[in-house]
Amino acid sequence: MQQNCYHCGASCDNSIPVEDKFFCCAGCKMVFQLLDDNGMCNYYDLSEMPGISAKGIFTSDKYNYLDSIAIQDQLIQFKLANQAHVVFYLPQIHCISCVWLLENLHKINSGIIHSQTHFEKKEIKIVYNPSKISLKEVVQLLAFVGYEPMIHLGGNDWLKKKIVTKKQLFKIGVAGFCFSNIMMLSFPDYLSTSVGDLGSLRPFFVYLNLLLSLPVLFFSASGFFLSAYTGLRQKWLNIDAPIALAILVTFGRSVYEIFTHTGGGYLDSMSGIIFFMLVGRWFQDKSYDSFSFDRDYTSFFPLGVTVLQEGKEINIPLSEIKKGAILLIRNNEMIAADAVLLTEGALIDYSFVTGENAPIELSKGASVFAGGVQKGPAIQVLVLKPVGQSYITELWNSPLLNTEKNVDKSFVHPWSQYFTYVLFTIAIGSGLYWWWVNPSNIMTAITSVLIVACPCSLLLTVSFTYGNIVRHLGKFKLYCKNSSVLEAIEKIDTIVFDKTGTLTNHEDTHLVFEGAVLPKPIASIIYSVTRSSLHPLSQRITNYYSAQGLDVIKVDTIQNITGKGTLAICDGKLILIGSASLLIDHGIHVSNIGAGVFIAIDKVYMGMFKVNHVYRTGVQDMIKRLKLVGYQIHLLSGDHPTEKNNLLHILGVDTPMLFEQNPNEKLHYIQYLQSQGHKVMMVGDGLNDAGALKKCDLGIAVSDQTHLFTPASDAILEGGMIPNLDHLLRYAKKGKTIIIILFILSILYNLVGMYFATRAQLSPMVAAILMPISSVSIVSLSALLSYIYSNRVLPKN
Amino acid sequence: MSVLIILIIISVLVAGGFLIAFLWSVKTGQMDDDYTPSVRMLFDDELKKIPKNKNTSLTH
Repeated sequence: MQQNCYHCGASCDNSIPVEDKFFCCAGCKMVFQLLDDNGMCNYYDLSEMPGISAKGIFTSDKYNYLDSIAIQDQLIQFKLANQAHVVFYLPQIHCISCVWLLENLHKINSGIIHSQTHFEKKEIKIVYNPSKISLKEVVQLLAFVGYEPMIHLGGNDWLKKKIVTKKQLFKIGVAGFCFSNIMMLSFPDYLSTSVGDLGSLRPFFVYLNLLLSLPVLFFSASGFFLSAYTGLRQKWLNIDAPIALAILVTFGRSVYEIFTHTGGGYLDSMSGIIFFMLVGRWFQDKSYDSFSFDRDYTSFFPLGVTVLQEGKEINIPLSEIKKGAILLIRNNEMIAADAVLLTEGALIDYSFVTGENAPIELSKGASVFAGGVQKGPAIQVLVLKPVGQSYITELWNSPLLNTEKNVDKSFVHPWSQYFTYVLFTIAIGSGLYWWWVNPSNIMTAITSVLIVACPCSLLLTVSFTYGNIVRHLGKFKLYCKNSSVLEAIEKIDTIVFDKTGTLTNHEDTHLVFEGAVLPKPIASIIYSVTRSSLHPLSQRITNYYSAQGLDVIKVDTIQNITGKGTLAICDGKLILIGSASLLIDHGIHVSNIGAGVFIAIDKVYMGMFKVNHVYRTGVQDMIKRLKLVGYQIHLLSGDHPTEKNNLLHILGVDTPMLFEQNPNEKLHYIQYLQSQGHKVMMVGDGLNDAGALKKCDLGIAVSDQTHLFTPASDAILEGGMIPNLDHLLRYAKKGKTIIIILFILSILYNLVGMYFATRAQLSPMVAAILMPISSVSIVSLSALLSYIYSNRVLPKN
Repeated sequence: MSVLIILIIISVLVAGGFLIAFLWSVKTGQMDDDYTPSVRMLFDDELKKIPKNKNTSLTH
């Protein structure tokens, strides 16, 4: 009978029961029992089947490297004799139950004093007592209940980022406080018709305003001055330069008016504008906390490795691996450096490096490369090169990758420059006019022009529009690193796709049997043999058959031939399951040699199993639509060209396709396209695309589990959204349209302001009305337009 | 009218109090996580069930 695992919800039979509950595997049952023993079954009440499948995740000596003091020092943030603080990233956090369980860890182990999760960042902060529980045991406990932390070095960046955002909030808070109070104090001034109305109170209001504007000028606005100054030193007029000038002129004229008792100044407008601009920048910079866009190879590699020295296992940090060291690689561990195999039983999964799906069996003496993952018993390897010089890590040292990306200035900057020139022309023009007509108005006119024509509306438009678009794209699972990504999308004319994991679904492959349909008895024999083998391909075949409800027959003898396959005797028949060469060795004629699992019974070839990738649905239409709007499509695959015919159908005949590309070749192909004058976007996953993703003009990393491995990129796209890629690109490009519409609007506002300013009639009241109206209308229009476009361009989900 | 001076000073001080409260809340990290606390407050404090035994080892 089909059941759902009480712990993780996977479908299972009722072979592993506890009371009236059923489990899919021993791991899930063990986690349940641990929670049950500690009275923590609340976990299962908060959400249904909340657990993380425990299948094969947990191996107890995997974390031995955490015993190394050097590694501990990098992870532990704060340590006393009886208290240590550590923060882990747990990508598995997904529901309320997770939060509850993780915050009640102290009930399972009294060594844990306190634990607190951050749901959106998927982080847990654990305070534990090092005299009662070691760091390794903390991690083991987390891994055991299903939340294996992702540990990597250089994890302290978040601390810096936190300080920056806090400072931004301080500035906004101060500016908001001062702005609202200055507004309030300026209000009576607007209502009074002459200076005399407020009488003795007026100087008090005005000087209090001046006092309140000081923190805005010196603290809140400091970022604009700093940025303008650095721009000018590099002989470049950036968008902050005219803003800084406008702030200074406004403040200067206000101070002059206050001390000469000629007026109240424009301090309310000044602080208001600074407040709005700060909010705009904060809105634009609000990024996805739980993503890391700048990973290099160190994030993919384990933190430490186990080295065999004189027969003893020693844990050392990755950086201390030397040539000639002997590493112990356990099941599911990654090989950290290029090495030679010293033992048998290696079954290396290079899917992460090459995109190749099936693991490769290797014998003693074969070379293994960094990035491969062992699937099977522990092996020993002899290191040939230190980590930094291995095949895969050398990519990062490639001089091709040293160029800065997206250095082209935003299209906004030329606008802001023209704006500045026009502004100065108008200011000088009106100055000349008044010099001719009435020289006493010269300074008033010039300063008024500079005050009212503040280019902040440009800045507001850009920061709010890009902020909105990035947020809308995030709803569709395209997470951009920053808003300059949107401008990069604008220029793209060529899109390069990776195959495995990008066009196909990494987790979803299906087996296809090629050959005559097997009768049921034969099928059950194959099923019985593959059941007893641990080879991943055998397990695939087992899964293929298990749904058909076949009988299990006793297997008499079974022999695994390393690198070839399995030889078994079952039901009196000789069964060969394995590579083509296994069958050929036994004198069996095989018609189609290729990758796959070949099957022969009693020396008669029965057929073969092929692992076929499942293409994501809708990919074909998406490619068609992309071509229709003029993108050039290329395919770069690390895999064998076995799928070529399928791909011709999906991508079309005119698409250049390259197969068996190693990471370096991918990188060079991108460079070649760029040298042809193309702006290239790369869509890929895995470490094998990492170089290309970094080199191209816009790298999109595809991930089915957004929080797991994604190489350095400009944006992260959830795999399921690939069929909507063209819509997402189209929407991202709408940003420019919105910005241009709003620019025109802000120019209209400026013209109105100019009308008053050049006539030397800009009263503080006009400025105080015009500026908030223009800011608020631009901000709300930007939100409205990006919402309307998102409804029109993006598919409904 | 001069009583306004006192009133305004008071009002600015009150507003300043709120500013300080805001700065304090940012500084102590109360703005860091705007989701988890909303979940955390829904958890029941104590469980009725008494733990059967404290089995903390992982080597089942």
